[in-house]
Amino acid sequence: MDFALNDDQKMILELVDEVSEKEFAPRADEISAKGEFPAENIKKLTELDLFGITIPEKYGGLGMDYLTWTLVSERISRACTTTGLIFGTNLLCTYPLLQFGNEEQKKKYLPPLAKGETLGAFALTEPEAGSDAGNVQTTAIKEKDSYVLDGTKIFITNGEVAGTYIIIANMDRARGPRGLTAFIVEKGNPGFTFGQHFDKMGLSALPNVELIFDNCRIPSENLLHKEKRGFRVAMRTFAAGRIGVGIGALGVAEAAFEKAREYSKERVQFGRSISSFQAIQHILADMATGIETAKYLLYRAAWLLDQNEPFEKISSMGKLYASEVAMKVATKAVQVFGGYGYTKDYPVERYMREAKLFEIIEGTSEIQRGVIANFILKE
Amino acid sequence: MRIIVCIKQVPDTEELGKVKINPATNTLKREGVSSIINPFDENAVEEALRLRERKGGKVTALSMGPPQAEEALRKTLAMGVDRAILLSDKAFAGADTLATSYVLAVAIKKIGEFDLILSGKQAIDGDTAQVGPGIAEWLSIPQLTYIRKLEVNDNKVRAERVLEDSFEVVETSLPCLVTVTKDINEPRYPSLRGLLKAKKEEIPIWSCHDLSVERKRVGADGSPTQVIKIFTPQPPGKGEILSGEISEVADRLIREIKKRKIV
Ligand SMILES: Cc1cc2nc3c(=O)[nH]c(=O)nc-3n(C[C@H](O)[C@H](O)[C@@H](O)COP(=O)(O)OP(=O)(O)OC[C@H]3O[C@@H](n4cnc5c(N)ncnc54)[C@H](O)[C@@H]3O)c2cc1C
Ligand SMILES: Cc1cc2nc3c(=O)[nH]c(=O)nc-3n(C[C@H](O)[C@H](O)[C@H](O)COP(=O)(O)OP(=O)(O)OC[C@H]3O[C@@H](n4cnc5c(N)ncnc54)[C@H](O)[C@@H]3O)c2cc1C
Repeated sequence: MDFALNDDQKMILELVDEVSEKEFAPRADEISAKGEFPAENIKKLTELDLFGITIPEKYGGLGMDYLTWTLVSERISRACTTTGLIFGTNLLCTYPLLQFGNEEQKKKYLPPLAKGETLGAFALTEPEAGSDAGNVQTTAIKEKDSYVLDGTKIFITNGEVAGTYIIIANMDRARGPRGLTAFIVEKGNPGFTFGQHFDKMGLSALPNVELIFDNCRIPSENLLHKEKRGFRVAMRTFAAGRIGVGIGALGVAEAAFEKAREYSKERVQFGRSISSFQAIQHILADMATGIETAKYLLYRAAWLLDQNEPFEKISSMGKLYASEVAMKVATKAVQVFGGYGYTKDYPVERYMREAKLFEIIEGTSEIQRGVIANFILKE
Repeated sequence: MRIIVCIKQVPDTEELGKVKINPATNTLKREGVSSIINPFDENAVEEALRLRERKGGKVTALSMGPPQAEEALRKTLAMGVDRAILLSDKAFAGADTLATSYVLAVAIKKIGEFDLILSGKQAIDGDTAQVGPGIAEWLSIPQLTYIRKLEVNDNKVRAERVLEDSFEVVETSLPCLVTVTKDINEPRYPSLRGLLKAKKEEIPIWSCHDLSVERKRVGADGSPTQVIKIFTPQPPGKGEILSGEISEVADRLIREIKKRKIV
C-alpha cells in the first residue's frame, strides 16, 4: 500500500492550498452572509484549470485521476464549503458524460466544462422522487427525431448558473426505475426554465433551483446512453458523486476542527487554556480521529475508481461516514467555543448548518446504510 | 513584442525572521529558508504576459543566481512566459548591483533583439533598486522606474511613475527598461496546465563561458561595493503595550495621544 503523493499531486496541492487560503477562506463568511454566488472564486478555479482535472486531454482537460481531483476538492471545501460544492457538482455532469456519452456528445460538451466556461448540473430529485429515485414523474416522449420533456425538478445544485444539465426523466412511469432515461439539456433550450430558488438553513450562496420543463423539445442526439437505462446512469453518477459529497463534508469537518483546536488553546477559563481540560482534549481527539478515518475511506474510494475496480460500496461508506463525522465535529466545535460558538461572530455555527446538508444529499444516511447493507449481504 | 523580464529569487518574506547573516562573508545564509520570486518581479512577469496577450510576441524570463534559482524561473514558465534562462556560475558569486546588472546586460545582448525589459522596482532582500537602472545604463537605453501603469502604443511608451505622494506621467520610446511597483497589476496564479508543462521544460544555464563577459567585471572581483558590517538596527524606543478593558484602553490611548500632541 502506498499512501505517498506523487510529485505532480504535491505541486498541484501546493498551488491549490495557496489559492484556497489566500482567496477562498477569507471570503467564505461574507459569501454565506450575503448569499451571493461566488463568481470570483469560480473564475479562479477556471483560471487554474481545476475543472479539467479528470477530463482526458483530447476533450480539453488535463487527463489526471480522480484521487487528485478528490485531494483538490478537499482543499477547496475546507476553505469554502459553497465553492467546494459548486466544484463537486460539476463532476455529476462530467462523470456521466465520460462514462455514458458517445463520441459526439463528449466532443461537444466536455471541452467547455473542462475549461470552466460552462458549469454542469445533474437533476433527478422531484417533489415525489427523493430517496425513491425510481419514482421520477417528469416524462420524456419520443417524437420523430426529438424528445419532449415535461415535469419539474427541485433543489438542483448549480441550477440556473450551469449551462449543461443531465436530466433524468421517465419514458414509462408504470415501470418506475425501468423507465428512467438520461438526457443532456442545455440552458436556453426552449421549454426549459427556472422556478423558485430554495431558501436554506445554510449554504445560502449555493444555487438550489427548481427546473421546469414545459413541452421542452430536445434533439434525439441528446439522449445519454440508452432509452430506459437512465437508472443505471443515475446510480453510477451517484456512486462517483458520493466521493465528492463525502470530501465536501470532510472539508467542513477539517475547517471546524481547526477552528476548535486554535480556540481551545487561546480561550482561558479557571486560569488556564481550556485545551488543558481533559474533557476538551477528548473532544479534539475524537474529532481528529474521525477526520483521519473518513479521509482514507474517501481516498480509497477514489483510488479504486481510478483502478477501474468496484468502488461503489466504499464510496457509500465514505460519504456516510464523512457526513456523520462532519456533523459531529461541527456540533462539537460549537461546544468548544461555548456561547461564542452560538454567535455569528465565529464561523463554527455556519459549519454546523453546512455540515447537516451532507447527511441528506446524494442519498441520505439512511439510504446509504441500505446501499452498504445490500453490498455486504450479497458478498 | 519581444519582452525580457529580470527576476530574482529571494528568501520568503513570511520567513524573513529566520534569515541569518554569515558574519564571515557578510552574506545571507539561505539554508533552510524557502525561496520565492521577488514579489515585484511577479508583477513584472504579469505585465509582460498582459502585453503579450494584447500585442503578441515572446516573453523571456532571465535570472542570475545559484542553481536553485531555476525553481523561480520554472514558476514564471508555469505562469506563462515562453522561455527562461538561468545565469549561473561560481564566478558570479558575491556580485553587487554593478556586477549583477553587468552580467544581466551581457546576457540580454546575447538573447538579441528586444523591445522592452521589465524588472521589479527593487528586491525585498538587497533592496537597492539599482539593478534595473544598471542594466539600462549598460545597454544605453532609456529607463522608467517605479511604474504603476504602463501603456505601449507602436513605438511609444507612456507610464505613470510613483513619487513620494503623487505620480508623474512620463514618456519614452522602445526599446527601454521599466521597473514596476505592486500597484501595476495583480499577478496571476500559475494554472495546472502551466505547472505540468513547466515541469518538463528545459531551462538553459548560461555560465561565464557562454557569455562574452570580461572576467574582472563579474562576481566579487567586479564588485566595488564591500559590505563591511551587517547588523540589525535597534528599534528607536520601547513601545508601550496597553492592556485591560477595551473602553479603558481606548481612553488611555486617547489621553496619551493628546498628551504627546500626536494629533
Ligand atoms: C545583506 C546584503 C547587503 C547588500 N548590500 C549591498 C550594497 O550595499 N550594495 C550593493 O551594490 N550590493 C549589495 N548587496 C548585493 C546585492 O543585493 C545583490 O548582489 C544585487 O545583485 C541585487 O541587488 P538588489 O537585491 O538590491 O536588487 P534590486 O536592484 O533591488 O532589484 C531590482 C530588480 O532587479 C532585478 N534583479 C535583481 N537581481 C537580479 C538577479 N540576480 N537576476 C535577475 N534580475 C535581478 C529584479 O527584477 C529586481 O526586482 C547586498 C546583499 C546582501 C545580501
Ligand atoms: C441543498 C440541496 C442540494 C441538492 N442538490 C441536488 C441536485 O443537484 N440534484 C438532485 O437531483 N437532487 C438534489 N438534492 C436533493 C437530495 O438529493 C434529496 O433531497 C435527497 O435525496 C432526499 O430526498 P427527499 O428530500 O425527497 O427526502 P425523502 O426521500 O422524503 O426522505 C425523508 C426521510 O425519510 C427517510 N427515508 C426515505 N426512504 C427511506 C427508506 N427506504 N428507508 C429508510 N429511510 C428512508 C430519509 O432518509 C429521510 O430521513 C439536493 C437537496 C438539497 C437540500
